[in-house]
Amino acid sequence: MTATVTSHRPQPPAQPVTLRARRLPAYAAPVIAVVALLASAGVVYGAGIGGPVLVVVVAALLYLAGLYAAANAVEGRRAARNRTWSALIHSAFVLAVLPLASVVWTLVSKGSERLDGNFFGTSMNNIGARDANGGAYHAIVGTLEQVGIATLITVPLGVLCAIYVVEYGRGRFAFTIRFFVDVMTGIPSIVTGLFVLAFWVLVVSPWFNDGRPGFSGFAAALALSVLMLPTVVRSTEEMLRLVPAPLREGAYALGVPKWKTILRVVLPTALPGIVTGIMLAIARAAGETAPVLLVAGGGAAINFNPFENNQSSLALFVYQQAGEASKYSPARAWTAALTLVALVLILTVAAKLLARRNRLGR
Amino acid sequence: MGDTPHRSAHAGTGGTRVATSHEWPAGASARVAEPSGTPGMPDNGLGGGGGLPRARAFGAERAFRGLTLAAGTTVLVVIAAIAIFLIAKAVPALRANSESFWTFEGWFPNDDPPKFGIGALAFGTVLTALLALLMAVPVALGIALYLSHYAPRRLGNGLGFLIDLLAAVPSVVFGLWGRDYFAQPVADLSAWLNRYFGWIPIFGDGPYGNSILLGSVVLAIMVLPIVTSLSREVFRQTPTANEEAALALGATRWEMVRTAVLPYGRPGVIAAVMLGLGRALGETIALALTLGSTYAISFNILQSGGNSIAANIANRFAEANDTGRGALIASGLVLFAITLIVNITARAIIYRRREFTESAA
Repeated sequence: MTATVTSHRPQPPAQPVTLRARRLPAYAAPVIAVVALLASAGVVYGAGIGGPVLVVVVAALLYLAGLYAAANAVEGRRAARNRTWSALIHSAFVLAVLPLASVVWTLVSKGSERLDGNFFGTSMNNIGARDANGGAYHAIVGTLEQVGIATLITVPLGVLCAIYVVEYGRGRFAFTIRFFVDVMTGIPSIVTGLFVLAFWVLVVSPWFNDGRPGFSGFAAALALSVLMLPTVVRSTEEMLRLVPAPLREGAYALGVPKWKTILRVVLPTALPGIVTGIMLAIARAAGETAPVLLVAGGGAAINFNPFENNQSSLALFVYQQAGEASKYSPARAWTAALTLVALVLILTVAAKLLARRNRLGR
Repeated sequence: MGDTPHRSAHAGTGGTRVATSHEWPAGASARVAEPSGTPGMPDNGLGGGGGLPRARAFGAERAFRGLTLAAGTTVLVVIAAIAIFLIAKAVPALRANSESFWTFEGWFPNDDPPKFGIGALAFGTVLTALLALLMAVPVALGIALYLSHYAPRRLGNGLGFLIDLLAAVPSVVFGLWGRDYFAQPVADLSAWLNRYFGWIPIFGDGPYGNSILLGSVVLAIMVLPIVTSLSREVFRQTPTANEEAALALGATRWEMVRTAVLPYGRPGVIAAVMLGLGRALGETIALALTLGSTYAISFNILQSGGNSIAANIANRFAEANDTGRGALIASGLVLFAITLIVNITARAIIYRRREFTESAA
């Protein structure tokens, strides 16, 4: 590299011959950055085509070009490419952090406005557009009940399905199930909502409900469980595959039947990983708005019974408050969003910490 | 899976019944040996080398196997049920539709006669999703590479954890933020783009506000953590030997990334992008809050307007009557079909790629 880069330019005689390639001095990058910033400010303000944001954008482009040119002249083409890509990758990081940080900042600053006992202790029943109070108690109850029922439905079903695919399933049928579980992960949440609307609310529930469509928390739980099922199956499947074969073989060698081996040896070994997957699925389901919007009805009053009458949920509450014209509703929406995010993040963090303790990790 | 035996001999988990199980012949049975439940095994445990234990028609093994099989079949049943029920509810509304479902630009299913068309909605869905991916994927891959190969290890792990958390933030939060705090900067940007790049047809005239640009930027910000966290996981799994081999041959860091990390991670990255595309196509609430809800096919991404199938369902559901619900379900069916095609294509690519990489390794 040294030879190819420096052969065409005369070496100063005073410089000792070293094995290292010539490198840009450490001050080169900041100098190029400052020059780029000044040049871009001059161009942008001189031509009057934009504000400070444009200055930064143009400066970034100039910096990349200048860095490439300087490194190309001193270090050679490969090193120049390396530097430019490195700068691009770093700037991608900065570019993405800005909006995400803005979301988090807005969430915390706006959400803390109504973070009081009244918010967590009251519902929206009889709260008009001019009332400043009102809270999300009914929505929190709804979220917990719906997600709880969905978990009760999904976990046995998902874990058994994964056991079939990993332990028993063979050939074309097992492959078909795996394939469709994969496909099911991609089904949009609103489609599961429409499915439960068409299946439960409009067709099945009128039988128990004097012929009227029965919007209820249970219908929302059904929709959420359709969403959670593929996630639970996939994560359980992966964890079961990580259980070492000698563990199973040891159990078989002791004469333990296969079903007992699975229940007593394989499942306990994979348990932390399975629980992690389930918690991540719960976290995702808790944040879903669309299915709940379609099938739960979204009442304003507290309703503890998930099988009858309308129920709300935190995510739906945020959406409803976002659509209201009252000047107090944005504060309620942001506080509910903060509560929802806190709930989801607690679940996610707990799941990740549990995953870290998992001995089967890759 | 090939390494687990099909057969299972019974003896309970404890030691008490081991003596009886010794009497069973050790090999040769391809059938599932079932416990008889009685320690003496009177019907077939007559002595060393006696008859093979019979598989029982109703035993714990069969029952458990049947249970898991039923659970596995449920997945297929659910997928089939989704298609069947959506079609069953959509067909009456489609019959009642007095305009072409594919080309009519508008949504009046509650009128008499009902008029609605999917064209503009499907167009908006695909356009916003593609624009979002176009913006999100390069940045997401950049961050993933930064976290896995450029940042100091501790910093990379910490920030990676943070990105994973952001991937869990519900979409309604992004939608609310996009509508209330991000619309103004995007409107300013729109005005600027129209002023200096107005000669490009997609940067047309205003009014600026809840536009396709706003929707797709919010969507991009939402998809970003998901794609990042998946591709970071993939990049991190590159074998160290490959990376070190590249570096030992004198590659710069970028050359190492390009020759060792990116080819190894390609199937995983494709999977991550496809998953992001699936999310973007099906995203409802964020787009319901940030798009302008109009029914026209227009490439002008700056102008207030735009719509998507999912956002339209969320916006129009409350006012829908029977035909209206049927019409929304019909549009959901189209969305289901679009995502199904995208997903099956992605899976097919991944499965084929996986075989390639495994046989090459």
